[in-house]
Order: sequence, then structure tokens, then C-alpha cells
Amino acid sequence: MNGGASSWFRSGAPWIWLNAGAVAACLAMVFGLLLLLGIKGLGHFWPKPVLQGTYLAMDPPISVIGEIAESETVDAELLRISDPGLPLPDAAVERHLLKLGNRDITGNDFAWILPEFLDEVEYPERIVTLERREWGNFYGYLTGISQNGEPIAQPEMLPEETGALWPELQRRLDRVRQLRQEIEQIERSIIADMNFGAERLRLLELNHQLQRDSAIFRIAGGSAVELPMADIVRAYRPNAMNWFESMRVYLSRLLEFLTDDPRESYTEGGLLPAIYGTAMMVLLMSVIVTPLGVLAAVYLSEYAPKGWLTRAIRVSVNNLAGVPSIVYGMFGLGFFIYLAGGEIDRLFYSESLPAPTFGTPGLLWASLTLALLTLPVVIVATEEGLANIPASLREGSLALGATKFETLWRIILPLARPSMLTGLILAVARAAGEVAPLMLVGVVKLAPSLPLDTEFPYLHLEQQFMHLGYYVYDLATQSPNVEAAMSQTFAAAFLLVAVVTALNLSAVVLRGRLRERYRAMDAGS
Amino acid sequence: MNEASENMNSPATGAVEPAPCLEVRNLTLHYARRRRALDKVRLTIPRQRVTALIGPSGCGKTSLLRCFNRLNDLVDDCVITGRIKLEGKNIYSPKIDVTELRRRVGMVFQKPNPFPKSIYENVAFGLRIRGINSRRRLDEIVQESLTAAALWDEVKDRLHQSALELSGGQQQRLVIARTLAVEPEVLLLDESASALDPISTLKIEELITELKKNYTIVIVTHNLQQAARVSDFTAFMYMGDMIEFDTTARIFTNPVKRQTEDYITGRYG
Repeated sequence: MNGGASSWFRSGAPWIWLNAGAVAACLAMVFGLLLLLGIKGLGHFWPKPVLQGTYLAMDPPISVIGEIAESETVDAELLRISDPGLPLPDAAVERHLLKLGNRDITGNDFAWILPEFLDEVEYPERIVTLERREWGNFYGYLTGISQNGEPIAQPEMLPEETGALWPELQRRLDRVRQLRQEIEQIERSIIADMNFGAERLRLLELNHQLQRDSAIFRIAGGSAVELPMADIVRAYRPNAMNWFESMRVYLSRLLEFLTDDPRESYTEGGLLPAIYGTAMMVLLMSVIVTPLGVLAAVYLSEYAPKGWLTRAIRVSVNNLAGVPSIVYGMFGLGFFIYLAGGEIDRLFYSESLPAPTFGTPGLLWASLTLALLTLPVVIVATEEGLANIPASLREGSLALGATKFETLWRIILPLARPSMLTGLILAVARAAGEVAPLMLVGVVKLAPSLPLDTEFPYLHLEQQFMHLGYYVYDLATQSPNVEAAMSQTFAAAFLLVAVVTALNLSAVVLRGRLRERYRAMDAGS
Repeated sequence: MNEASENMNSPATGAVEPAPCLEVRNLTLHYARRRRALDKVRLTIPRQRVTALIGPSGCGKTSLLRCFNRLNDLVDDCVITGRIKLEGKNIYSPKIDVTELRRRVGMVFQKPNPFPKSIYENVAFGLRIRGINSRRRLDEIVQESLTAAALWDEVKDRLHQSALELSGGQQQRLVIARTLAVEPEVLLLDESASALDPISTLKIEELITELKKNYTIVIVTHNLQQAARVSDFTAFMYMGDMIEFDTTARIFTNPVKRQTEDYITGRYG
């Protein structure tokens, strides 16, 4: 027995199990993360069924309409403390978070309910979900449409007979959408051409037309609510939709998420400004960090004399990669913004002082700070690439009478290009996901305009901008309506992870190609 | 050491020496913190002949070869004393332009090292860095060089394909063509056929015999049969010393030194 255990130990089997266990744990964590973000984030856009029921736990019982946003199991004791009157079962109870919507009317758009007390649950096909520009979702039955305040259908009609109203509502929503597009176009041209007058008048007219229609709904509890159609972004009947119709809503919401502006205090709508800001910053950072990093790496690996000083510099560069990013943020704030920015303001923008132009957080400083942060990645990757180039190629070139510079320029650097690119992509991936330093040097929750537009000088380096990572942070911790923001937060986090993962994957593919190239060279000999 | 130095006084006695091309006098080379790689080497390499450097591993033959085009300059802490004269001029004089020297003294390495470019660009590389960019001139030299390296017929239809797609033997001939393109006077071959299959080796050997009409060739080889087949003169080195230098026929049939005989007959090495 003893000998068996000892030989089992000596065979190395426990070690292998330990190794495999570590790998399994890593995989579980990575896939768990992606799965959670994927399900929560991508599920966000899928239209959920809306239930209607009577909640008996209230006195008197109330009628509710809403979608189940979340479920959890809680200790019954806790519920008894908060709600002593309820006849609860003994141990744990399940409860649902019901999204009731209609925040402007009832003031409370989420409520925890206990399914035991929910009676007469049904999923009526005629329930309408509205996504609105303000106040979040709305749930109710469509009972009428009015034009210029005049009803075009009788609100007294029975719900079963109002089916004809639905296509009418969609038609009028399409009209609203077209009007809005036209308005946006005119607004854009006004900004670009400074052409007031006729277009201004046209704008007023369009805005007036936008307000023409409104729809009347019956909400849970029976009261009627009139909503202007101009406030409605999207209307659908989730319980009546088949898979394809749901998919259409899904895709339209996903498109909105990627290409539109946010609405409803950033908890709904699109992320375009944040995506745009992230991309601009990363682009600027790449433009700064690539030449700097590559030049430094070439000097360190090709020209610097091999002594303690070079070694010390290399160690310092590697250590820079380990400095906490918030420290870079502090440096950026102190050095770039206060010192460099303040100096620029004093020299070139003195007429607008004391209001700072560059002496305040902005796109340029954020890009510079991140360039500094990612510089070690580029230097290390490039140096590695340079070191990987076979010495025989160098000697071959030198033996033909090429100078060191010609060898570097014509042979070495072209070969090291993939590794430079790898370094750059790793830097971009790191920068795209960085948040902490950005809070200090230029990212804001709400940027009034994009940093790139049609107005001279087109690229506004001094402007503050929005950023995906900061958006996630802000939505998750600073949002006034946490429940409403939650799934949008997951979607934004998923987008961020997707972007970073895509960048990392392309780095891996590039490196693979690089290795293949060397393998071809070795196989030839 | 003393014995070795005495040996230096009587190399090549009786050899019918054509005009010297490279003259090595008292060449000593050592790498910092390591033993001497070459010790007071004295050698005269005749023009337009093939000279083989033979000897066991670590005897300094490659170090000596790399002194001829000053490729040892790249090695840190490599100290060289003594003189090497190319056509009467000391190549270690500060007045010498090293890149020009390396053009005049071409080198082919053990492993084929074509650049990851097209076949054409490989051959044109040395010309382009001299500033020759005329298409017609390049075409002309590329064809000449590939023909001289006995590769033209094999690659003339795919000049613009990657050189890495060639076989090892073809790559080595491409490297020779690349070296010939800059019109060197001396060709150094550092075990250039050792990493190839027998047929490619044979082709390279034939090529060497062909090329000696126009070039002074120095080869380093581990393969004694090869040295016997292709070279006119042979130098035997041992532990950084030049033991014996004579015509190949005499080294292989009637060596003066005991060490040479032991090595030739396979008693050590």
C-alpha cells in the first residue's frame, strides 16, 4: 500500500494532475468570463416576452405588466424582515425582478416579486413594448391613435378590435423616422455651411410636423396614457413575434447599439461616440508610439554598446511595463496637462486664458499618456523580432560590402516588420482596454461633440472624448438607475472584450506567420 | 608554441608558387578571455588557384578565413595583430574602406543564406547598394552571375519568385551568384558544400574548378577528399598554428610534418 502510494507519487502523476488542473482552471475562468459577458451582453438586444398578471402580495392586489429581467433565490428570513405580513414558505424562496417600465407614470420601473403570489399570468399577444427616447421602456395595450389631438380611432373599442391600429401605428412611426432623418440632415448642413434662413424655417416646420401624431395606450391598472410618437424609437409586440421578427428587432437594436448616440442618460441606445473616441485615441496613440518604440528598439539592439548601461536601460524599459497604469495617469496629468499643456496655453492661446485650451484633459494628452504606457510593449516586441533574425543574413549582407545601415534598412527591418506589428497590436489591445489613467487625462462621461468633424481643424486634439472602458465603469457604478443600466453595461463590456480579443488574435496570427517565414528559411538549408 | 613558430619558417618549400594574392604575416587573433584562435600565422595564397584550409574543428581555419574580409570585426573583443596583404596592400590599415574590401573579397557561408527576396533581387542586392539601378544593367549582370554560378538554366523562368523556394544546393549557388555579381577578386568558401546533399556538393565542386580561372579561391573544408579533389594548395592547421602549407598533391602524398600525416591518414581530428 505504502509502496504503491510512493510509486504513484514518484511516477509524476500528481504533478501532471496539478498541471492539468491549473490549465483547466485557467480555461474555466476565461470561458466563464466570455460566456457570462456573451450571454448577458448579447441577450440584451433580444426582445423579451412581456407577462401580465395580478400580484396578490399587495393589498389590494394590483395588476402588473412587465418582463422578467432577473431571477434569484433568497433566504426567506430576509424577506420576512422587510415584509412581515407575508405568509412565506420556510427556507429559500425564488423571486423575480420584474421590469415594469413606464417610469414616467409610475415612478418605479423595476420591482421584485414573488412568483407564488402572482396570479392569472398570461402573455397576451397585444401587449406592446415601446422603446422611447426618454424614460426607458413602456408596456401597454394600444387603444388609439390621434392626429393633431383628434382621435382617428375610437378609444372605446374593445382591445380585440384594435388590431387594425397596429399597422397604422407602424406607418406613422415610419413617417416620424423619416422626418427625423431629414431634420438631422438639415442640422448637419447648417453646422457645415452656416446657412441659416430658409433651412432654419424648414427645420421649424419639420419639428412641428414631428409632433403631429400621438398614440394612446392602456397600461397595467387600466388607465389610459397618451404618448407623442416623436418620443417612440421602436414599437413591437414581443409576445406575438415569431423567431424571424424577433431577430429583426434584435439586429435593429444591435445596429443602433453600434452606430447611434446614447439616450436616456446613457443607459440605452448606441455607443457610437464611445467607440469613436476609443478608436481615435488608439489611432493617435499608435501614430505616436510606433515610430518612437521602433527607433528606440533599433538603437538598443543594433547600435547601443553592450555594457551595463544598455542592460540597465533595457531592464528599466521592461519594468516600465509593470508600472501601475494609474501612475501613468498621474504623470500625464502632472507633466503633459499641467506642464506642457499649460505652457502651450501661455504661448499660443494666451488670449483665452484663464480658460485653458490645452492645459486641460483632452484627446492629445490621453493618447500621449497611453503611448508612454504601451511604449515598453512595442520596444520589447521589436527588439525580440530584431534578435530573432538569423545572424547569417546579417553576415551575408555585410559580406557583400553593405554597410551596417544598408543591412539594417534593406534586410533586417523589412524582416522585423511583422514583429513590430505584433508589438503595435498588443499595445493597441492594452490601450483599448485601459481606463484608470484615462479618467485623469481626458475621458468624460459625456462629450458634447466628437473629436473629429468637418469643422477646421477637423481633428480637435484638445477636446475631451468618450471611451468604451470608461463607459462600462461609469454605467456599472455611477448610473442613477442601476437595474436599467445593467444589461447595457454587459453589452458594452462584451463589445470591449470583443475588440480587445480580436486585436490579440490578430497579433497571434501575425506572430504565427512570422515564425512560418523563419521556418521556411531554416528548411531551405 | 616555439615548435609551431619554427614550423612557420619552412612552409611551402619546393612549391611552385604563382603570384601571391593574399599574404598573411604573423597574424595573431584572440577573443577576449579565451585562448588564442590564431597564433603567428604565415601563409601566402596564390592568385587564381584554389587553396584549401584543413584541420580539426576549432583549429582556427574559419577564424583565418573571416580575417580575409574582416568579418571578424563584427565580433566584440576580437583582437588581431599582424598583417594581411591583398595585392600588396594591408587590409587592416586604417585607410582601407572595409565595404570595398568586402566587395573585393566575397564570402559564401556554410549554410545557404539567401535573403528573403526574389532570386533576382538576391543577385541584384550587392549592385543596388553600389547605386546601380539601371534595369538593363541589372538584368545583364544578374544573368551573367547566375550563368557563372551554373544556376541560370534552372531559374531563368522564375527570377521573381522567392529565393527561399529553391533547394539547398540551388540556394548555395544563388549565394555564389550573388557574390560574383559584385565582381570580387577573391572568393572565400566556408565549408560551403558541407550542408548539402552529394549531388549538390558535386555541382559546387565543379563550379569551384570552373571559377578558379577567374578568381582566387580559398575554401575551408572538413572533407579531405573534397580538398584533394578541388584544391591546388592545401594548408593544414592545428590549434591555431599553421602546421604545413604545400601543393595539395604533396600534402596528401608526402607530408613533411608528422601531425599532417596523422591527420590525413585519420589518426586524429
